Amino acid sequence: MPEVTYLEALRQGMLEEMERDESVFILGEDIGAYGGAFKVTDGFLDRFGPSRVIDTPISEAAIVGAAAGAAHMGLRPIAEMQFIDFISCAYDMLTNYVATARYRAGLATPIVVRGPSGGYVRGGPFHSQMPEAAFFHTPGLKLVAPATARDAKGLIKAAIRDDDPVIYFEHKFLYRRIKEDLPEGEEILTPIGKARMAREGTDLTIVTWSALVWKALEAAEQVAKEDRAEIEVLDLRTLLPMDDEAIMSSTKKTNRVLIVHEDTRTGGLAGEITARINESAFEWLDAPVRRVTAHDTPIPYAPTLEDYVLPQTADIVSAARRLLAY
Amino acid sequence: MATTAKTRVIPAGLSREQLHEIYYYLRLTRSLEERLRNLYRQGKVIGGLYSSLGQEGESVASAYALAEGDILSPLIRNLGAMLVKGAKPVEVLRQYMAKATSPTAGREMNIHFNDLRLGFLGQISHLGDMVPVMAGIALSFRLRREPRVGLVYVGDGATSTGAFHEGVNFAAVQRVPLVVIVEHNGYAYSTPTSRQTAVERLADKARAYGIPGRTVDGNDVLAVYEATKHAVERARAGEGVTLLELVTYRRRGHAEHDDQRYQPREEIAAWEGRDPIERYTRQLRDNAWIDDAGIAAIDDRVSEELDRAVADSENDPVAAPDTVLRSVYLDPPAADVLWFRRRDA
Repeated sequence: MPEVTYLEALRQGMLEEMERDESVFILGEDIGAYGGAFKVTDGFLDRFGPSRVIDTPISEAAIVGAAAGAAHMGLRPIAEMQFIDFISCAYDMLTNYVATARYRAGLATPIVVRGPSGGYVRGGPFHSQMPEAAFFHTPGLKLVAPATARDAKGLIKAAIRDDDPVIYFEHKFLYRRIKEDLPEGEEILTPIGKARMAREGTDLTIVTWSALVWKALEAAEQVAKEDRAEIEVLDLRTLLPMDDEAIMSSTKKTNRVLIVHEDTRTGGLAGEITARINESAFEWLDAPVRRVTAHDTPIPYAPTLEDYVLPQTADIVSAARRLLAY
Repeated sequence: MATTAKTRVIPAGLSREQLHEIYYYLRLTRSLEERLRNLYRQGKVIGGLYSSLGQEGESVASAYALAEGDILSPLIRNLGAMLVKGAKPVEVLRQYMAKATSPTAGREMNIHFNDLRLGFLGQISHLGDMVPVMAGIALSFRLRREPRVGLVYVGDGATSTGAFHEGVNFAAVQRVPLVVIVEHNGYAYSTPTSRQTAVERLADKARAYGIPGRTVDGNDVLAVYEATKHAVERARAGEGVTLLELVTYRRRGHAEHDDQRYQPREEIAAWEGRDPIERYTRQLRDNAWIDDAGIAAIDDRVSEELDRAVADSENDPVAAPDTVLRSVYLDPPAADVLWFRRRDA
């Protein structure tokens, strides 16, 4: 089995879907001749030609809007945001036009909007965001955020095949750091809406996703070694619709929950997950649900500053210990 | 006008039957809005009522220049364009009255509904947004090598939006088969065009996108038809986007509740004298393209159709909430019923 990076897995997923279904095409800035800012679409132009790999002006609203129009006509566009930070330029198009299309007009809009997300890369305020919460609040959208190479591939394929609009947050810190053996010839499809058990445990549940799955696993290993407590790590993979069943079942098993995310705290998804646990599994809790998130600031540039603002493995270990001792 | 008066040759390659059909749609649009106004006054229209009085000419004539398979995206004053594309008066009435039987089953209002098979897309209220979407629809035509054309309506106000700029620019760069119609009716809600843009002619904006732009008298039905037809043919031939500025006037308020205090009375009166339907009717008569009996027959047909449409919609039940949680997504099929509405909770 060949070892494949997260980025390569994402590439493979798109390539396979474009080979399989000629209604799939990709549009975005610098994705054709240049191959994309991170080379995710390197070689796509040669393989599929300029009508399926479309270089666009710097116009995120038009990229998403045009993708929506083409999708209404039966095509399956993948719209690339050069950095996911720029998706806010298409916020109106996504939340008002795309997300409501099926409900208000019966229009199918099978688009995927994807782009490099997240911090830990010294990208500063506008190349480090994880803007999941801005879209989590919008019925009609689906949000996925893979942590593993397998899911990077399985979720992009599932997102392309999904008949509803999907925002795919790919973590740029993981692009070339995560490698996994992926079998050739096996169709990898990760179901949208299903969480993944990343580590079984009995004493505390960490609910997390994307890059922080790896920090949570590191923290769990440390706590296992140093504290003889077993942490369960639940990788949500899909943020919307959320796998409530997996969250509740793990909560009922460990009775302690820590939610860990890279987005800022106020209005972040951890608040919603806490509320759901409160509504559905309150009696099962032995401790208050706690959260480890980014601080409520923009993401700063200097390594010292970014490392302070974003959650680190040591933060998760410390929070887990406090919860275990509650 | 001067060029067509006294000649019996029908311009723009139209047949006599087509001239009559255009008249039918003009009359249908205006009369349907009159019926809606009555229903509004009776309190039967649930939300706001939007009138295209004085603009029916350009809306109908531009849509009439499209062929079967072409798709247009209307704005709030393009009832005429939708009727040309096959929207039914009964559907419009049901929409305004929020009936369960309406095309959106009470989810959306007024003429916010679509039928892509017939060739019209449902608009949203965010002005300018339909331009990128129509650019994408036209892009799909180009990618699939289908000889189809898209047409998107915006008003003078929408040309100020970022979405308009991004959409027209994207469409121009991609050379998609799209016609952009800017209906210049003088006001965006209460804001006159002079406070919307510093350009004199909205057609001038085309130059910034490297596409042809043209200003047309929007109250001259045949001139609008001819200009749109030309732009549509250009698009169909793979020559890309055209922007048409249709100069017209909004004779009623933004919506029915609006007292129009910002529109000078004499300005409104002057434009009443340039009514597109009266002008077109006169043109038909003067050139003997129709006689009084022909006009009366069409007027009667419209009146009967609308009597039936009102009767078929007025007493329908208002939408019931039994399906209201469905179809946010294809999968999952319905949103959860919240606990405080559940009997068992």
